[in-house]
Amino acid sequence: MLRLEARPQASRLMTWLSPLLAAVLTLAAGGVLFALLGKDPAEGLRLFLIAPLKDLYGLSELLLKATPLMLCATGLAIGFRANIWNIGAEGQFMLGAVGATGIALWAGESESALVLPGMLLGGALAGAAWAAIPAWLKTRFNANEILVSLMLVYVAQLLVSWLVFGPWKDPQGFNFPQTVMFADAALLPVLVDGTRLHLGLLFALAALVAAYVFMYRSHAGFRMRVAGEAPDAARYAGFSARRTIWTGLLCGGAAAGLAGMAEVAGPMGQLTDKLSLGYGFAAIIVAFVGRLHPLGIFLASLLMALLYIGGEQVQQYMNLPNSIALVFQGLLLFFLLGADVFIRYRLRFGSEAAGA
Amino acid sequence: MTSRRTALKWTAGLAAASLLPGAALRAAEPLKVGFVYVGPVGEAGWTFAHDLGRRALEAAFPGQVKTTFIESVPEGADAERVIRNLAQDGHRVIFTTSFGYMDATLKVARQYPKVVFQHATGFKTAANMGTYDVRTYEGAYLAGVLAGKTSKSGNLGVVGSHPIPEVIRNINAFTIGARSVNPKASTRVIWVNSWFDPGKERQAALTLIAQGADVLMQNTDSPAVLQAAQEKGVFAFGWDSDMTSFGPKAQLAASEIDWSVWYKKVVGEVLAGKFEPKQQVWYGLKEGAIDLGHLAASLPEDAKKLLAERRKGVLDGSRPVFQGPLRDQAGKEVVAAGQALADKDKLAMNYYVEGVQGTVPGGK
Repeated sequence: MLRLEARPQASRLMTWLSPLLAAVLTLAAGGVLFALLGKDPAEGLRLFLIAPLKDLYGLSELLLKATPLMLCATGLAIGFRANIWNIGAEGQFMLGAVGATGIALWAGESESALVLPGMLLGGALAGAAWAAIPAWLKTRFNANEILVSLMLVYVAQLLVSWLVFGPWKDPQGFNFPQTVMFADAALLPVLVDGTRLHLGLLFALAALVAAYVFMYRSHAGFRMRVAGEAPDAARYAGFSARRTIWTGLLCGGAAAGLAGMAEVAGPMGQLTDKLSLGYGFAAIIVAFVGRLHPLGIFLASLLMALLYIGGEQVQQYMNLPNSIALVFQGLLLFFLLGADVFIRYRLRFGSEAAGA
Repeated sequence: MTSRRTALKWTAGLAAASLLPGAALRAAEPLKVGFVYVGPVGEAGWTFAHDLGRRALEAAFPGQVKTTFIESVPEGADAERVIRNLAQDGHRVIFTTSFGYMDATLKVARQYPKVVFQHATGFKTAANMGTYDVRTYEGAYLAGVLAGKTSKSGNLGVVGSHPIPEVIRNINAFTIGARSVNPKASTRVIWVNSWFDPGKERQAALTLIAQGADVLMQNTDSPAVLQAAQEKGVFAFGWDSDMTSFGPKAQLAASEIDWSVWYKKVVGEVLAGKFEPKQQVWYGLKEGAIDLGHLAASLPEDAKKLLAERRKGVLDGSRPVFQGPLRDQAGKEVVAAGQALADKDKLAMNYYVEGVQGTVPGGK
């Protein structure tokens, strides 16, 4: 008989092996899926996972796609570590884009070197301000931050729509819902010529390092981790729950806001109502696949970006539907949650007595 | 050993792949034509109509044309990569079929001057990039004529997607058509802020019906509005393609787009080496790119006769859709008697005409 037995303590090894196991199982299931669709599994997996990386441009696109995921997930992980469940990074991302766009439009044709730093600040602050709403409601009225942050995503979407259909509409744009294209001074410089990879990637990497230092090398980060892993101990030690909530949500909001800024000042070059591609939600998967650890998030965001781009490739070369990318993402999360069981349990053969 | 051989094979494969764009130029190779779709192909609607056009194109040039399509491409930063990959992969003609691809198409067009780009419904062009669109308002107008004839209450409803000129134009044309039959008819609009969201479209349709509308039209991509009409026993139209199977009793007719008219012309001229990409094409009833078809068998003869008259009026120019005297909602004259609205004013239309209720979102 096969049975699960609780481990005396959580396995550190399995904590890191589980995402790998999930990735391998996703690949295997993906192969089966290709076979069932009547396509060569090896060719399918090659197109999905290797073909997107065949040249410098492909690599740059992968990093470009991973940048907002990395930023959003890094910020979310800080809150998740302390059991602060910010589900609204998507809305904070949009507000960041709005904040940055506000500065860019205000600066107009200005060539000042201060435009970009201003947009950076504007984006991060706007994202943080949006996340401050659930933080305030949570600390003041004990309102559930999951619901509040999620609902604010829809408010943010409507705010963006109102802006691009109303006051920020490009007067030359035939009434289409978009702002003017930003001036050069409001665009992030491209890192590699001939690609779209921009300075935002460095923001994301810097955020990863900063998150690592904060979580593992600072007292404030220590308090956050204790609050998440042993809430009673945190209370006993007199750590402020209020401060934990504020830190968790503000970090998540600022990082998502920064990602939104990098999107409008990077590949888009303007604000439109088609801004949101679900990065804020996908980042939740990224944060968990990455074990809420900066290094893990770095790898997980690359994997997630690859799944998006691979989905386009299999469409182009194998004529498979677009939904296949979503199926892969779902498989990944499904197997991860399954494999996570083995962090706290192990598989035993035979009856309980024999296992002991 | 094996792994090294595989690696060598790989390198050779990559080297061969990088030569492909040149190879595709040889006459023996079929012309590769790429399509970028905003939604899933599905069974009806905007993207489905484009895909019908694509299939008709392949059928018209057997062996000479090979098409590729990528569906559900979001209108944002991702579109540029998809379009570029098609160009990089040797597609010589690329159709991007939604407004939101405009700037992405333009950027890629600059990087691939030898490739022909055709962007649907936009307004930016380049030496190797043109725009094309269909006068969907002519279909909406004819639908309006039938709606005015059919509606008992004179209360009409439209489920709108985004309040952009194209959709506002269609709502206006629908209302003008209806009021040309029943001057008391009026139109209510509910915006769902999405091109494809069957849940919201259905909800909007049910709300309009609850408010007394007995004929509906939609400028969204799913058949949800027609299905809701079928359930509640009121009438509606197929939009962009025939939708009979989703509401056999409710569908009065379908405003059907035939994109293949333009697709075949572009590809035929590209094959003959005489295509001029920088054009702004707006095809209509006259070119056979739009028509009101699949008329319900239940329509009375006089309705069919009236429709045929109005259709002829649009076709021969004796009765254009936006003819004066035409007043906007506030009663201000926008087209004087004896005049017709110019195309450039149609393209920027951001006001409702008399007979439409409510205000244009974001408008003044």
